[in-house]
Amino acid sequence: MNAAATSDPFVPQPCRVRRTTREAADTMTLEIVPVAGQVPSFEPGQFNMLYAFGVGEIAVSMSGDAEDRSGFVHTVRAVGAVSRAIISLEANAALGVRGPFGTPWPMGEAQGRDVVIVAGGLGLAPLRPAIYRLLRRRDRFRRVIILIGMRNPAEILYERELAEWRGSLDVELEVTVDRADATWHGNVGVVPALIARMPFDPAETVAMVCGPEVMMRFTVNALRDAGVALDRIYVSMERNMKCAIGLCGHCQFGPDFICKDGPVMRMDRIARAFAVKEI
Amino acid sequence: MASLEAILLQHPFFRGLEAQLGSVVAGCCANVRRGRGEYLLHEGTPADRFYLIREGTVALEIAAAGRAPATFLTLGSGEIVGISWLTPPYRWTFDARATSLVHALAVDTACLRAKCESDHDLGYELMKRCSALLVRRLHATRLQLLDVYAGAAP
Repeated sequence: MNAAATSDPFVPQPCRVRRTTREAADTMTLEIVPVAGQVPSFEPGQFNMLYAFGVGEIAVSMSGDAEDRSGFVHTVRAVGAVSRAIISLEANAALGVRGPFGTPWPMGEAQGRDVVIVAGGLGLAPLRPAIYRLLRRRDRFRRVIILIGMRNPAEILYERELAEWRGSLDVELEVTVDRADATWHGNVGVVPALIARMPFDPAETVAMVCGPEVMMRFTVNALRDAGVALDRIYVSMERNMKCAIGLCGHCQFGPDFICKDGPVMRMDRIARAFAVKEI
Repeated sequence: MASLEAILLQHPFFRGLEAQLGSVVAGCCANVRRGRGEYLLHEGTPADRFYLIREGTVALEIAAAGRAPATFLTLGSGEIVGISWLTPPYRWTFDARATSLVHALAVDTACLRAKCESDHDLGYELMKRCSALLVRRLHATRLQLLDVYAGAAP
């Protein structure tokens, strides 16, 4: 857990919503600022516990720029009671925040190497802070390849930013959708299939993957087929988190707790558990 | 300028093929170029040529009356357009349209099938590559059908 967070990790920091942006019918991005005090620093890949007062608390990855210390940014999809309550918050509404928690993306290890980012659906949100850092410190990395899979064109997140990133001459970005409509002129098909088309040096590549677990399994296989070693593939795992500090066991994943040993985990260390359906 | 054989052996589908077999296959190939919007294949027509994409993108589509064609897959450099030439009745089951300028090798399928019939080493090598391609496409299609992004937070 970040030392800058509140001294008691179970006590949420009172915050308010500064601004909301609708990303899709069921998905909202919220900018959140503390009512008092500083915004704790965080690393790309970490998460906060967001507390909708009177409803409950959920873990949500940071989706904003780690260099921007004016507040937190979270992209939330309505999938349950708490997330529905959070995306219905309006500007100035109150909520509680605990965090930041968890392990970050391997930005240091990626320096001097090709970086392949593979995001599926809302999995783009936890990867966005890593992309901001890659672009901000672009000279420290070799090729930067960003592959994004979405359900359909209407659910594409951060469209304006994707267009900006794609416009960079030193970034390769591809978006694909599982189901196209007549307005879509881009890629159609699953995101792991894009990996074989991309030019990168598998022996000198760090891959960062986030999305539904099925998509991550296919993606890890495609990266492995392309020659990327499992110890250079990182995935962001999701389980039901409660305490967020490795005490309660709700997010146990084999010998690990996702909240403190994850959410970002190196594939070779979790490969066995990753293949077990019951875990 | 690279020979057809060299271009063929650089394509991921034929990479690693013995040079002698590559030379035999190259005898069935031609370099082609298709502009954006041009069709490479039409549903229901004879599967007489398939394509090894060198550069560019191609959309696989199915037409439906009264609505725009539905694109179910796009393919890029290093991939193959058309696999219905492998089995009778050798007819395409979809349309393939260039969505950008496409440079490709077009392979005469009757020529290639005849060479496979007379040289089973070539035929077996080709079938191994085609079956791997079919398995990859099948797995990808299953993942596509699973609709994994529907309402599930990562």
